[in-house]
Amino acid sequence: MEISNRELWTVIHGMAFGALFLLAFGGGLAGLYSLRPAWVTQEGLRERMLRLKVGMWLMALVAWATVLSGTYIVYPWYRAAPPDGTTELSAYPRSQLLSSESTALWHEFGMEWKEHVGWIAPIAATVAAAVVMMYGERLASLPTVRRAVIWFFVAAFATAGVAGLFGALINKVAPVR
Amino acid sequence: MNATQDTKPQSLAPAAAALVAGGIGAMALGLLTVLAEASTPINDALKFYAPAGPLSGKTTVAAIVWLASWGILRTVWNKKEVDFRKVTTVAFILLALGLIGTFPPFFLLFAGE
Repeated sequence: MEISNRELWTVIHGMAFGALFLLAFGGGLAGLYSLRPAWVTQEGLRERMLRLKVGMWLMALVAWATVLSGTYIVYPWYRAAPPDGTTELSAYPRSQLLSSESTALWHEFGMEWKEHVGWIAPIAATVAAAVVMMYGERLASLPTVRRAVIWFFVAAFATAGVAGLFGALINKVAPVR
Repeated sequence: MNATQDTKPQSLAPAAAALVAGGIGAMALGLLTVLAEASTPINDALKFYAPAGPLSGKTTVAAIVWLASWGILRTVWNKKEVDFRKVTTVAFILLALGLIGTFPPFFLLFAGE
């Protein structure tokens, strides 16, 4: 049972960082959505606020770790150009995908979308975390701000979801090895 | 409602600045993606880290634009009252433009100089 360095980094990028972000989203969304004065006591608000602040910042950090490890560690292996005359392309996923009409769209649409839109996730997640940090318990009495934060948080999840989905699918078709 | 007796800012300007800056950052990424597709010199100039290609430059510049705009908006709107609904509408329009700009069927319309 072996795993190469490249496969290990792909797992760290996609399954450790990426999946952690997507899994934690439900908890964060529930925390933000239920932040209403009619639904929680002062004690409850205080208790969940600390958890929400820590959770939101952890998610933002994980989102940054995901895009940075993806762009600067895994992506260079994916897009590396094969030497002239190379016919065995399994070590060059981008070239392998583009070598056949039946797989080219995985790169031209899937990877092109993933590599760009994924970077919106950490920006949106950081914005949401920063506003939660700045306003704290007052968010419960500021519904317009809370709603705006929720939408940014959803945007972070949606963009990370697109990136994660295509990352997983592309790695099935042409794995980074 | 007595559950919010802390000393955090009541002004909505800091939240507005964060949200609009987030929208600007997303839009900057979308715009750079389109420009890199449309212009080979811009594409080449954005190759900050060769193994990652122009993606390294697009994302670095977008992050700098995002953080700079956040700092500027925080300063400009400091202690001012902002029309939060109007400002967040702008933030979401910018965010949507960023999403459109990073969508391949859109930015590939500009491919090839």
